[in-house]
Amino acid sequence: MMNLLTKLVGWIDERFPLVSMWKEHVSEYYAPKNFNFWYFFGSLAMLLLVIQIVSGIFLTMNYKPDALFAFTSVEYIMRDVQWGWLLRYIHSTGASMFFVVIYLHMFRGMMYGSYRKPRELLWIIGMIIYLALMGEAFMGYLLPWGQMSFWGAQVIVNLFSSVPFIGQDLAILIRGDFVVSDITLNRFFALHVVAIPLILVLIVIAHLVALHEVGSNNPDGIEIKKHKDANGKPLDGIPFHPYYTVKDGVGVMGFLIVFCAIVFFAPDMGGYFLEYNNFVPANPMKTPEHIAPVWYFTPYYAILRAVPPLFGSQFPGVVAMGIATVAFFFLPWLDRGKVKSIRYRGPLYKAFLASFVVSFIGLGWLGLMPSTPTYTVFSQILAVVYFAFFLLMPWYTKIDKCKPEPDRVTFK
Amino acid sequence: MTENVDNNKRRLLIAASAAAGGVAAVGAGAPFVLSLMPSERAKAAGAPIEVDVSAIEPGAMMSVEWQGKPVWIVRRTKEMLDILTKHDAELADPTSEVPQQPEYCNNPTRSIKPEFLVVLGVCTHLGCSPTFRPEVAPADLGANWAGGWFCPCHGSRFDLAARVFKGVPAPTNLIIPPHKYLSDTRLVIGDDSKGKA
Repeated sequence: MMNLLTKLVGWIDERFPLVSMWKEHVSEYYAPKNFNFWYFFGSLAMLLLVIQIVSGIFLTMNYKPDALFAFTSVEYIMRDVQWGWLLRYIHSTGASMFFVVIYLHMFRGMMYGSYRKPRELLWIIGMIIYLALMGEAFMGYLLPWGQMSFWGAQVIVNLFSSVPFIGQDLAILIRGDFVVSDITLNRFFALHVVAIPLILVLIVIAHLVALHEVGSNNPDGIEIKKHKDANGKPLDGIPFHPYYTVKDGVGVMGFLIVFCAIVFFAPDMGGYFLEYNNFVPANPMKTPEHIAPVWYFTPYYAILRAVPPLFGSQFPGVVAMGIATVAFFFLPWLDRGKVKSIRYRGPLYKAFLASFVVSFIGLGWLGLMPSTPTYTVFSQILAVVYFAFFLLMPWYTKIDKCKPEPDRVTFK
Repeated sequence: MTENVDNNKRRLLIAASAAAGGVAAVGAGAPFVLSLMPSERAKAAGAPIEVDVSAIEPGAMMSVEWQGKPVWIVRRTKEMLDILTKHDAELADPTSEVPQQPEYCNNPTRSIKPEFLVVLGVCTHLGCSPTFRPEVAPADLGANWAGGWFCPCHGSRFDLAARVFKGVPAPTNLIIPPHKYLSDTRLVIGDDSKGKA
């Protein structure tokens, strides 16, 4: 039996680089031995991509992308399709958990300077994944054709119409109609189910290829490739398989406990994962009393609302929101610190990173609240803090008092 | 072989093929992009509608659908019209300088007949549909509120001529759609041909 298997692998290997690929990316990919808790989220993001694709394929089999039937087909999935409720709750919980995991994954990169040279492109590819994911989530949210689906899409598409000169036509091009309609629903379905998932899978592969080219960063932010043994293997590296496949397996178990608890006991998460207004069918004639995007968009939404109209146009707010999203792209060049990891950074960087986290969470909360003059002032203050983290970074990372980095990774 | 290569010719041919291929790619891409624009059916859905306004009570609002959007018709009372002249200082564009209305509605009441306001119920901020709040000084909108619309999405405020107040997210007054009266009570929305009837 083993003999047969070896023969089969040999037969394939003469025609396809199976063994060398396995070695390069898994069994002989040397990762730093000092990975901690924060290094779970990359593999968890991959797990979520698989969960979303699989549950999505099965939902597609019963969902109808038609303004007349979309809402009822989701109800049908929930009530009549065998285990349909489970598929849908897995998909909706998966969407929110995807953002939880991605935000933690990004924060890990920020803490340990994983975007710094030579990993700039790896970080940029990751940011493209993040943007694609936001598009995917936004379009997917229209599909149940509830009140929040409709009015959320209405507001977001109208962001584009504030672009000077071409805005109105751009919005019509996106909707394919003068209002969000059946036509818009149909095309968002095509993009959500075919186009963006394809792109996502491709750029996730690019992300991994880039990672394996430059090697993983680690909590000490130092290069393990500086110290190699006689065979050219990093002294502080261990093969990804079996060491990290097993470790990530533990992460997956822990994650699935949380995930299943949400799916089975709190799939709407008190209105944060599935908004209550979305249990009402879309009505283009009536906006709900209070609308807010799903939680993972609210930090940017709060920034949008914080900027007052200038020169009779809402465009400045839209620009501020856009800059807030793409600011991460520039981190590799904004950061002038002598060290990469927060472990050896000075107090200035730690203070700025902490204030950034506070502003991100604070804006996220404010974005969920109705707009009142007091909340608008809070949003404006936090938006300034948010942008200060990026704009002042070249200054505070340069003058910060860093501690010396160790020569080899620290490991307990 | 290599010594006979004419590099200039080769570069010219590469550039020419790339240019021709680029033009072809743009040409082939055009139908795909154009297919995303509104279809003939979507365009046809914008036909004018006819409304009977006689049933609207004084002070009340009626909402009708035109081009998939809400259009409001408000029958304004004498008191409502009187209020309109009293808060010009608080408005962003009290005299309707921004062309958000047909020429024949560029007047203090933003209407053909002062009694009836016909307005597109879509917030000029991000397209939500504001809520009609005709009452004076309700608890949630404050003592200065003299009736108008409040947008639940981002807090924009409009008066009873659909003019926007200062300091709210919406940049301009609400849009007055083209309309005309066929008789005293029959109104057409979406068509203003042959003058203002």
